[in-house]
Amino acid sequence: MVTLRSPALYVDIGTMSLNSDEVRRIAQLARLAVDDREAEGFAAGLSDIFDFVEALDAAEIGGVEPMAHPLDAEQRLRPDAVTEPDQRELFQAIAPAIDGGLYLVPRVIE
Amino acid sequence: MQWETVIGLEIHTQLNTVSKIFSGAATAYGAEPNRQACAVDLGLPGVLPVLNAAVVEKAVMLGLAIDARIAPRSVFARKNYFYPDLPKGYQISQYELPIVEQGYLDIDLEDGSRKRIGVTRAHLEEDAGKSLHEGFTAMTGIDLNRAGTPLVEIVSEPDMRSAKEAVAYMKKLHALVRYLGISDGNMQEGSFRCDANVSVRPRGRTEFGTRAEIKNLNSFRFVERAINFEVERQIDLIESGGTVVQETRLYDPDRDETRSMRSKEEANDYRYFPDPDLLPVVIHAEDIEAARRRLPELPDAKRERFISAYGLSAYDAGSLTASRELADYFEAVAAGCNAPKLAANWVMGDFSAALNRSEAGLAQSPVSAEALAQLLSRIQDETISGKIAKEVFDAMWSGEGEADAIIEARGLKQITDTAAIDAIIDEVIAANPSQLEQYRSGKDKLFGFFVGQVMKKTRGQANPAQVNERLRARLQGD
Repeated sequence: MVTLRSPALYVDIGTMSLNSDEVRRIAQLARLAVDDREAEGFAAGLSDIFDFVEALDAAEIGGVEPMAHPLDAEQRLRPDAVTEPDQRELFQAIAPAIDGGLYLVPRVIE
Repeated sequence: MQWETVIGLEIHTQLNTVSKIFSGAATAYGAEPNRQACAVDLGLPGVLPVLNAAVVEKAVMLGLAIDARIAPRSVFARKNYFYPDLPKGYQISQYELPIVEQGYLDIDLEDGSRKRIGVTRAHLEEDAGKSLHEGFTAMTGIDLNRAGTPLVEIVSEPDMRSAKEAVAYMKKLHALVRYLGISDGNMQEGSFRCDANVSVRPRGRTEFGTRAEIKNLNSFRFVERAINFEVERQIDLIESGGTVVQETRLYDPDRDETRSMRSKEEANDYRYFPDPDLLPVVIHAEDIEAARRRLPELPDAKRERFISAYGLSAYDAGSLTASRELADYFEAVAAGCNAPKLAANWVMGDFSAALNRSEAGLAQSPVSAEALAQLLSRIQDETISGKIAKEVFDAMWSGEGEADAIIEARGLKQITDTAAIDAIIDEVIAANPSQLEQYRSGKDKLFGFFVGQVMKKTRGQANPAQVNERLRARLQGD
């Protein structure tokens, strides 16, 4: 299974390949419709990608600091000020359904 | 079997910035739906988040106040899940490298002792929008004004052993964020809310039991009741042969019970990964020093100062420093009347009682600190007695004006003229010959009766010490 291990910033894929059950679970989490035949294909394809990435395991990274971003730069900050005007009418012009200023979506049961 | 309760709290505090954490949209509470939701908050394609400097500064202040480590480099991560009030499909949060780590808060227990509660971490994240389920047919309304509001989530160690300790910790943290001025702490509006992780284990065992997480507790009372219910439930379950399952539960205040939320087994994998839209947040030593200079006097330090500078008891000092506003109010009154103990008694007594009755906040108090100080000065200089002062205070509270004006208008000035007091005493003695005889034949208790009669005749305005002294002399026939 794909796991994220603390505290290093990488996905530990180990030496595993994905089976179709795992593909279906990941698809469910991502709300992607994947049928059984496709799941088989993705399992093979994604496993190939993992194998490819696994080549990185051969690299010596003992003295390398984990990297969260490829750019060697730090986050710029903006001052705390309101700069965005109200554009509700503009944004809601493309919404499929609105009512009283609210965006409407199919009912979500808590 | 003897059971031990283990509690850890996750508290979400809304930071009181004017704009959102990653966008320039306003954060003001109570706006019309979606008037404060800009393209970034809506998750429209092509937008990029830009971090608000004030959010970082406030988080650093919190970290310093709990003696924590401020991460020189912290990273924002995406927490992925699907819900309509989260339009991007992920919440920007911090996961592996939070901005604040390893602090603590000391709480005061009922027996007078202190206990240190560890704070594992505090991380920055954006709030989600709101879903409104009522009033629509087969639809849910989404208001994204709250989406992108800055939150700091403060995660404690599982160090608390009772609901009371959990409430003490929560109150202490609530007071702290308000002292720091980083959050309004308004619990009704959701600016300060709590999730509680609760488990039980046989007393003496070191490993933890399986925990349940109780979500979205937005009052101190609910936290206490929800934890107590949950502890009972878990103990009953185990003692009747069952096992506690790790799950999320919701507290229902109407029924005073917790119930299991829809199983999140499938949804619980948030697939965190560093957000490629945001660079690492670097905090330099000078940023930390700048935040340190902005720290106000913190509750514990203020309490110690109240004890040493004003000679207050630890209990009184603790009550008066429970909130920064109350402490400031007390100090203004004490300075104005130059009588700290009298000021403490009045601020904690009549003033707080009136405030509670009116259900108003301190800021809306009809009696200012200066006005109360004037009233207390009149007790100090013996213009009025403490008892009359209560009457004057009530009049001040109902908006009748300042203490001096009310004393004048109602003729409440204390009678300190010995001749006048003597004359009233003589009247009282003459009107009660049988009580006088009984008193003189040894029934000392009747002294109180005479005092009462004199005070009644003077409508409480005679100086009590003088009445006692003159009455004793008169009754003895001097």
